[in-house]
Amino acid sequence: MSFINDHILTLVTFVPLVGSLALWTVIKRAEFARVFALVVALVDFVLSLHLWFRFDAGRGDDQFVERVPWLLNGEVSYHMGMDGISLVLAMLTTFLGPLVILSTWQAVRERVPSFMACILFLQAAMLGTFFARDMLLFYVFWEAMLIPMYFIIGIWGGQRRIYAAVKFFIFTMVGSVFMLVGILYLYFQAGGMGLTDFMNLQIGHDAQLWLFAAFFLAFAIKVPVFPLHTWLPDAHVQAPTAGSVILAGVLLKMGTYGMLRFAMPLFPEGVAAFAPAISILAVIGIIYGALVAMVQPDVKKLVAYSSVSHLGFVVLGLFSLTPLGVAGGIFQMLAHGLSTGALFLLVGMIYERRHTREISEFGGLAHKMPVYAVFFMIATLASVGLPIMAGFIGEFMILFGTFNSETLEHGRLFAILAATGVVLGAIYMLWMYQRVFLGKLSNAKNEGLTDLSLREVVVLLPIVVFIFWLGVQPSLILNRVEASVERVLAPLTAAVAEAQGTAPSHTGILLPDGQRAEIGTAFGSDHQKFLIRDTESQR
Amino acid sequence: MESHSTEILLRWIVVIPLLGAMVNGLLNRRLPKQAAGLLACAAVGISFAMSVIVFLRLTGMPAAERMVTDTVATWIGFGKFQVDLAFAMDSLGAVMALVVTGVGFLIHIYSLGYMAHDAGFQRFFSYLNLFIFAMMTLVLGENLLMLFIGWEGVGLCSYLLIAFWFNDEANAAAGKKAFIVNRIGDFGFLIGMFLIGVTVLPHLHEGEGLFSFQVLQHHVGILAPVATAICLLLFVGATGKSAQIPLYIWLPDAMAGPTPVSALIHAATMVTAGVYMIARMNFLFVLSPTAMGVVAAVGVATAIFASSIALVQNDIKKVLAYSTVSQLGYMMLACGVGAFGVAIFHVMTHAFFKALLFLGSGSVIHAMSDEQDMRVMGGLKTKLPITYWTFLAGTLAIAGVFPLAGFFSKDEILWKTFSGELGGVLPWAIGFLAAGMTAFYMMRLVVMTFYGKNRASAEVQSHIHESPATMTGVLIVLAVLSIVGGWIGWPHFMGGGAWFENWLEPVFAGAHGAGAAAVAGGHGAGHVGHDTTIEWILAGASLAWGILGLSLGYFVYTRKVSIAESFRRLGGGFPHKVLLNKYYVDEGYEAVFIRPGFKLSKSILWKIVDAGLIDGLMVNGSALVVAVLGSVLRIFQNGMVRFYAWSFTIGVAVFVLYLSFSG
Repeated sequence: MSFINDHILTLVTFVPLVGSLALWTVIKRAEFARVFALVVALVDFVLSLHLWFRFDAGRGDDQFVERVPWLLNGEVSYHMGMDGISLVLAMLTTFLGPLVILSTWQAVRERVPSFMACILFLQAAMLGTFFARDMLLFYVFWEAMLIPMYFIIGIWGGQRRIYAAVKFFIFTMVGSVFMLVGILYLYFQAGGMGLTDFMNLQIGHDAQLWLFAAFFLAFAIKVPVFPLHTWLPDAHVQAPTAGSVILAGVLLKMGTYGMLRFAMPLFPEGVAAFAPAISILAVIGIIYGALVAMVQPDVKKLVAYSSVSHLGFVVLGLFSLTPLGVAGGIFQMLAHGLSTGALFLLVGMIYERRHTREISEFGGLAHKMPVYAVFFMIATLASVGLPIMAGFIGEFMILFGTFNSETLEHGRLFAILAATGVVLGAIYMLWMYQRVFLGKLSNAKNEGLTDLSLREVVVLLPIVVFIFWLGVQPSLILNRVEASVERVLAPLTAAVAEAQGTAPSHTGILLPDGQRAEIGTAFGSDHQKFLIRDTESQR
Repeated sequence: MESHSTEILLRWIVVIPLLGAMVNGLLNRRLPKQAAGLLACAAVGISFAMSVIVFLRLTGMPAAERMVTDTVATWIGFGKFQVDLAFAMDSLGAVMALVVTGVGFLIHIYSLGYMAHDAGFQRFFSYLNLFIFAMMTLVLGENLLMLFIGWEGVGLCSYLLIAFWFNDEANAAAGKKAFIVNRIGDFGFLIGMFLIGVTVLPHLHEGEGLFSFQVLQHHVGILAPVATAICLLLFVGATGKSAQIPLYIWLPDAMAGPTPVSALIHAATMVTAGVYMIARMNFLFVLSPTAMGVVAAVGVATAIFASSIALVQNDIKKVLAYSTVSQLGYMMLACGVGAFGVAIFHVMTHAFFKALLFLGSGSVIHAMSDEQDMRVMGGLKTKLPITYWTFLAGTLAIAGVFPLAGFFSKDEILWKTFSGELGGVLPWAIGFLAAGMTAFYMMRLVVMTFYGKNRASAEVQSHIHESPATMTGVLIVLAVLSIVGGWIGWPHFMGGGAWFENWLEPVFAGAHGAGAAAVAGGHGAGHVGHDTTIEWILAGASLAWGILGLSLGYFVYTRKVSIAESFRRLGGGFPHKVLLNKYYVDEGYEAVFIRPGFKLSKSILWKIVDAGLIDGLMVNGSALVVAVLGSVLRIFQNGMVRFYAWSFTIGVAVFVLYLSFSG
């Protein structure tokens, strides 16, 4: 048991990789490849449960750390670690893994072993990215994600798959190259590749701006942040369902994770300088993504643009630099992974039946496929952010945090503008739902449609359960990320405040209670006077 | 121990209808209709019974402590941001709970008959139970965020039930419209909550829930400087849910849903949620005379605006829908003049008589083979006697005839408007005028539906029959409530005890307290020595005015239809046309917001910005430059990426191996 405990991160990361290699080399039969991949993904999920249950939520630092000197006399090390933020994203990855594989049971018929190998390889790379605490190791995992995704789109994709795959590849590569330059620069300064080595560096103001820009670009493309998003609709539309689910479910979060883990803590002066601009882009992304989603004739493209909108919320939350906004951002990453993952799965299911995703081809499907319609309704409402579903918690916390931000100028305005996304979300999702599912069954081609199979229900049900579970009991996640968020954020906000030339005020929620108790009693006695003082001090 | 068991009832009051909804929803057609109907009715019945038990316990408590709380768990907990999953019932919550579960139960029973032949019977009852769950979360939520869960939940149920017969895309569109318009209101609600939260958060003590009503009331002094902004934002939410100008437009369309839904959700309960929310937040609203003024002005404007539209509608449910909008306007008016208790009183009486009227119209529609146009009705008085007599009771109640329920609540609203410091003669006069119009259009409806000769086809006529006992029984119960339901608010000047307002007094006591001096909260035991002469005169005038409206409606539509004709032709028929087309508000919104919004999104954002500028010029354009320079793009397309991938893999491997051994 202790062996497992000491090497759990390696195990969780490399079990799918080993499975991938087996599929690439030994396994030839499609049926066996499917079952094998599913078993590997399930084993990985079970292993990751160890992380979930053994994780000490009271600590914000890295746990299950493994560190072995690797290259250049230990300047580069195999350094894996996991805090609460990495934990919840890794769990999302291992949770979606088996479901994704199960969803391809009938959709993928060509070169099945290779396909499954790509999926598992991708999973390993994603998990490694979340766990890596050495920058070279991180970069290797980061780049390694590209390759299987490229193949998944380029080989098993739709008609314009090559275009989409190349576009995806070049976009991401361009960003990564800048980041690589940044990493090398820091390495030569620090004499080590460890994240802690980088954190301990004293970096000059201008260098911080440049480095932040380089890192941010790499991550912003991945998210994607407006206006770097145009690869996304193409990639989604061309990718097979499994590719889209992983792309939306986990890969996009690599960008926001990277911001929170690397770009922001390493370069607080960059954050201070660029946060207003980034927040503007995030808000534009929210509204723009929603408006463009609204007029899409293709369901999948609609969902793709909705991701631009939803991820805009995440970026806004992160750059609010409030504990609530950041935690909300993390929560929204999960919520979006679940709801959009479910939506892409659902779109894939109708595509398998009808080989089209044009909204105008459908109408009245609820008559023929009532179970499908119910699942789609739930996913729709989750995407819209209805309370007691996961999406509400994330959006609420993000908007609240942004509204409450002290470092972000015009935070309130941003929050108000972003909140219009909540209205727009309802418009494009419900309008789409109406045109696809309600009304009369207008198209004769839909007459022969069959409702969901048991396998399809099995794929969707766990996601739906968690959509509600997280909505009703968000503490499941929040408890586990709270300490880690504070650990990342406390030095960051202090540094940003310093860079902005303002001392951090005492109204942050995670500060000790002393001052507030005073405030409370002062209020009781002479509240009018106090109120005046309070409003003045806030100015 | 006994007290503990009562507290825990609160969560079951809320959850049992949810369980009913889940069983009906999951089993659906596998469940026989009788079982499904019984289950749904039982779920609401149990909720009602438990509400009564908790209510009885409240009656035994001293007024100041009249509150039962059931905290289930922490819902969102992050640092100081703590929001509990908790329910509470105080005197206001008790009234709402009893009305919602009580009227809800009756409408469930009615639906057994009304929906008996519908293929979606189980689905219908599942949604109906789900609605009760959401509505009870709304009224029993211990904090503003719980209220918001219920608020969104009832919105969802409204959407699902309006679009219940989704085979007709118009119904689906009406459901979607309701949801979206409500979301616009929710946008204001959300921002209002943020403003409350950020203002209170730094001052919270350990263990205080952020949005808890009690905590907010305790910290109301901190909220005072931003009270106007908060209240106006919350009120935006209320205009959505409670169908006030400018967001009322969804409610008339919502009549696309089955009639029991119109009665339960779009008349008796859900649409009063905005009024309830303002009453719940009364301690904050009274701090802002500006916000109160806006609430009153919008309320009274909505009241007269909607009743003017109701004057000319021909669809029986549309008349009732605009009547509901108008009555909700009265409730808002009451809130705006600080008479929160009276607003809730009208919520209750309106729940009785408007549910009755809608269910009565449902009975008519049922008998008329789903016909809703009053121009082909008539003469149903003898064929549907129970429906007719109960409907008449509802009509007299809404018209404010003494001593029916509507008289007491509406008269009280007008009186408080007239006498309160936030009121005045003008809003009173407008409200008074609208009351006369109400009486008139209701009598018009009664005459067109029940009097004269039937104008339907012979085919339809042959099927006219009184509704089954499950339906008429409910009509009779509601008719009795519409007659006697107002007596618990019998005012002091008429020798009564105003028991209803006294009961609510503790909730609105804060409105009299510190900071509320600006507002004459002339409610509760508000009989502080004024001369009752004016009150008598106004009450008499109200009554006379209502009877005049009724008589005029009766006279014009039974004897002198020519008068109606000449009114229709007045001014070249233009005013009538405007009213008939509801002032063209929907068309206006369509032209100003919806069409430009789509055009902007499609033609400009998507086609020009996204596909043209960003993707075409920047992305593919720069790629093209590269391609032209070195035909790189083609190389990429020929497998450069695959080449890169392999060289990357091999390169890393070689690099790593080299370093490993050299190190």
